[in-house]
Amino acid sequence: MAKTKEIILDPLSDNNPITIQILGICSALAVTVKMETAAVMAIALTVVLTLSNVAMSLLRTVTPGRIRMIVEMSVIASLVIVADQFLRAYLFDISRQLSVFVGLIITNCIVMGRAEAFALQNPPLPSLLDGIGNGLGYSAVLLTVASIREILGSGSWFGLQVLPASYQGNGLALLAPGAFIIIGLIIWAQRTIIHKYEED
Amino acid sequence: MKFLLKQLEEGRKPFMPGGKLERLHPLYEANDTFLFTPSEVTHGAPHVRDAIDIKRTMIMVVLALIPAVLFGIWNAGYQFNMVNQTGDTGMIANLIQGAMIVMPIILVSYLVGGLWEVAFAIVRKHPINEGFLVTGLLFPLTLPPTVPLWQVAVGISFGVVIGKEVFGGTGFNVLNPALTARAFLFFAYPINLSGDQVWTKVDSAMNSIQGFTGATPLAIAAQVPAGGDVLAALHQADYAGFDWMRMFFGTIGGSIGETSALACLIGAVILILSGVGSWRIMAGSVLGLFAAATLLNLLPGEHFKAFTQLPFHYHMVMGSFAFGTVFMATDPVSSAASTAGKWIYGFLIGVLIVIIRVANPAYPEGVMLAILFMNVMAPLIDHIVVQSHIRQRKNYLRKFSYAKG
Repeated sequence: MAKTKEIILDPLSDNNPITIQILGICSALAVTVKMETAAVMAIALTVVLTLSNVAMSLLRTVTPGRIRMIVEMSVIASLVIVADQFLRAYLFDISRQLSVFVGLIITNCIVMGRAEAFALQNPPLPSLLDGIGNGLGYSAVLLTVASIREILGSGSWFGLQVLPASYQGNGLALLAPGAFIIIGLIIWAQRTIIHKYEED
Repeated sequence: MKFLLKQLEEGRKPFMPGGKLERLHPLYEANDTFLFTPSEVTHGAPHVRDAIDIKRTMIMVVLALIPAVLFGIWNAGYQFNMVNQTGDTGMIANLIQGAMIVMPIILVSYLVGGLWEVAFAIVRKHPINEGFLVTGLLFPLTLPPTVPLWQVAVGISFGVVIGKEVFGGTGFNVLNPALTARAFLFFAYPINLSGDQVWTKVDSAMNSIQGFTGATPLAIAAQVPAGGDVLAALHQADYAGFDWMRMFFGTIGGSIGETSALACLIGAVILILSGVGSWRIMAGSVLGLFAAATLLNLLPGEHFKAFTQLPFHYHMVMGSFAFGTVFMATDPVSSAASTAGKWIYGFLIGVLIVIIRVANPAYPEGVMLAILFMNVMAPLIDHIVVQSHIRQRKNYLRKFSYAKG
């Protein structure tokens, strides 16, 4: 039981895919201008990641090692297409704002990375938890960055005005470099708190 | 002097290890070394010590900035009085009016930036960095006189913390902190940092106009269509026309410290004579600007923007070329360090400035972006210069077959 807890909690902080492993930065910069898009993206990635982890875990004994990458890609690509089509059908506006970034979940290093590093060596249940855990870790950072960016940049949160109307939006927070700086600051703060530094 | 020294000695105790105020030692240290040359000697080899330490170097830059500061204050007042329809009210009135506009900006910059500086010095237990004396003064000089004070505070905070302290403090920063601060404000609050309305302060209590629309020479030059006469357009613009002499003296609207090429030239002479600023970087960027502007002049004017036809000596007095080249590009930390590297670094800054000004429609002025870009490139330039030196020496040795072992 202790191990199960660890599988879920570890990626939330000590082994966070974005802030510690520095994976999936691209989408974290691109979709975090507003909470709405960030939340949808976070859910889409978590679902894809969890399902791909389970699928790869089930396939792990029948997949020959030499073609495992191709199998992983086909599984992830199929799931991403399903997610993309789903968003287009039910959340068309947001899907349009996310543009290519849902499709680009295929290339998101986290999904492939977890399939390689975890699902191929573990049974389905722990793989499911690992997928959820890493998805949540990714979501936590995405939502934090999006909160900071939307509040600083537009004075709103989930589209609701939270700062007085006289607040002058910070244009840099809405640009990708602003997101880069914010992620950098989050990484700085987190590593200061958990005392985990790169060894060199 | 004796009295001061005695006071300092007596006040030392609580700040030394074990004392009550040990944590605040950087504050005491800053005060002490500001007033007197420290008695401490270097701990590690080599024991070479110059009579001029960082503090004296930085003071020299501040001295070199004084003409630009004084002119900036006068000009802010002069432009204010001209625009608010009271006309030219004389030297003293302009200076007083200008001081009322400029001094709060400088004070906020020093105060807020200084607080960050002290906070990091205490947490990191390093002495307070003297470089801030320069950064805290350079930054306000790059701002328009109408900038809101809270933006000055936010900007300098960003410059000091993100531009410098996250890298480890003075000496480790990749970018010039003052320019980083300005770039932050430029992208965060473009309405307050660019356009036609920010360069001259308008007092709505004194007259009915809400904002004074005064395009900068660069903005005017950029708007002249292909085949037009860019010099004629400049000479007709503004209430007195932008001719070369006026832009050289700097009696035009603009950021506080950058309008006068003359004041920057005086600063350049002080920096070069005292050996604090690199003449190679300054000469390099003038050469680069000359080369790029002259090449553009060769383009057929009827097919390209008239801006391409602007002669290089106009480029030199327009915008913040003089200020940026003399005070920003020569920052010893963020510029290239090797002799050949300084020429290359300066030259490319000059070239980039002209290219951004003429070719890029989004940014009327390219000095800030050109210098920041080359700041990033400076270590690469140095690396290439050093590697090519090593290769040359090896080839030289090989010629005499000494290097066989």
